[in-house]
Amino acid sequence: MDILKKAGLAIALPIVLFAGWFWLSDGSENFYSPPLRTILTAFGDTWTLERLRTDVAPSLLRLLAGFLLAALIGIGLGVAIGLNRRLRAVLEPVLEFFRAIPPPVLVPVIMLFAGIGDGMKVIVIVFGCIWPILLNTVEGVRATDSVVLDTARAYGVTGPARLTRVILPSASPQIAAGLRQALSIAIILMVISEMFASSNGLGFTIVQFQRSFAIPEMWSGIILLGLLGFALSLLFRLAERWALRWYEGLRAAQRRAG
Amino acid sequence: MLEVKGLRKVYSSGSREVEALRDLTFTVDNGDLVCLVGPSGCGKTTLLRCISGLLTPTSGSVRVNGDAVTGPPPGMAVVFQEYGRSLFPWMSVRDNVELPLKQKKVDRARRRELVDTALDAVGLSGTASAYPWQLSGGMQQRVAIARAVAYEPETLLMDEPFAAVDAQTRADLEDLVRSLWQRLKVTVLFVTHDIDEAVYLGRRVVMLSSSPTVVQDELVVDLPAERDQLNTRADPRFVELRTRVYEQIQKAKKAAVR
Repeated sequence: MDILKKAGLAIALPIVLFAGWFWLSDGSENFYSPPLRTILTAFGDTWTLERLRTDVAPSLLRLLAGFLLAALIGIGLGVAIGLNRRLRAVLEPVLEFFRAIPPPVLVPVIMLFAGIGDGMKVIVIVFGCIWPILLNTVEGVRATDSVVLDTARAYGVTGPARLTRVILPSASPQIAAGLRQALSIAIILMVISEMFASSNGLGFTIVQFQRSFAIPEMWSGIILLGLLGFALSLLFRLAERWALRWYEGLRAAQRRAG
Repeated sequence: MLEVKGLRKVYSSGSREVEALRDLTFTVDNGDLVCLVGPSGCGKTTLLRCISGLLTPTSGSVRVNGDAVTGPPPGMAVVFQEYGRSLFPWMSVRDNVELPLKQKKVDRARRRELVDTALDAVGLSGTASAYPWQLSGGMQQRVAIARAVAYEPETLLMDEPFAAVDAQTRADLEDLVRSLWQRLKVTVLFVTHDIDEAVYLGRRVVMLSSSPTVVQDELVVDLPAERDQLNTRADPRFVELRTRVYEQIQKAKKAAVR
């Protein structure tokens, strides 16, 4: 009942918005904003299984590769910086500078070095979405409770176990927050990198439709992108809730006590 | 034997120096249960961190069975005051107790046995799979004690372990510590600010002065080995001893004000 109610509340506004769009656009004569009915028909015709395989799958693969690579480098580097005060002092200003550069600006530059293939797109995604992961990991590692660290030391939990059983789990809620931000940045950069130079992918396809005045198809691509982003963030939230169920429980227990 | 000799600890931040411990000398015989009691803010925790090898003293030495303590000694277990922060919230009760044993490379079967026996000894047999935050404060501190017991220490340090639990739970836990000490023949050094607790638990009581701390006085608690909350606390000898400790602590406080 509770879940049904929640789901109902969550889905109510999207339904209203869609219905409103459908109804308002129904008699539209405007070439650039066709009726939603036309767009939905185009959606079915455009995003066939073949299309999904040739354009959506490569996009998702590049997204996944970039995101995972950024996670790996970001968490690894973040732990090292978080644990080492001197390293932090040296690197922090530089990192703040790099973080301040809007990643799309780097697409043309990275193209010069990495060409226009998959490598370029993955690099763009990594470069754009590594920052929230890195900085959140640093903060999470630094915020490890001193009593936790004392306990680990007093009981001989040192070396690799200190990292994997104490510091990483302790920082994991903050790392997850960084990963969540990174995911939405990665989706944006996936599309942008494909708009610059590509022969397949979602961003490429949408630009192609726009240039060839296939307006309903273009709109349907945008809807698909929205749905994909929504599905990915939902998946991420589910995985996060599963991995951090101890954290949710701990916070609930603290709220009850506090 | 635990020997503390001429221990001094000065914290310095910038040009400011705070002398927490001035000159502490005392010994704890193997198998003894010694309570350290002092006015609040007398550097008890600093002392305990020095003894457990978590903090390096400015001068003086700590020796366990003749060996100088330079880092956490292998045969020493610590129970911290802040059980909520000392237990790892991302691990189940069992994993919390077991982790130090894994680090000691105890084999799996023996680990299982040690964890079960320790949880049984503190009266928590059924909660191995729960998370610490699902338990009450008193039960969490029991888990922390079980972790220390399973570690099979020669020396057990307890830093105001019951300061944060309610009075009834506290009485139960005091009896638990007495019975574990008698059964396991470990050396226990118990830090507290509660005079009654010190006299009730200890075979000896070491009284500390206010910060900068020295040993104010020492006394042997010549109460029978079998103690219980009702009779022991009503024993005229108990009242006498606690009066003596109380007077010394008051003297220490006055000296500090002057």
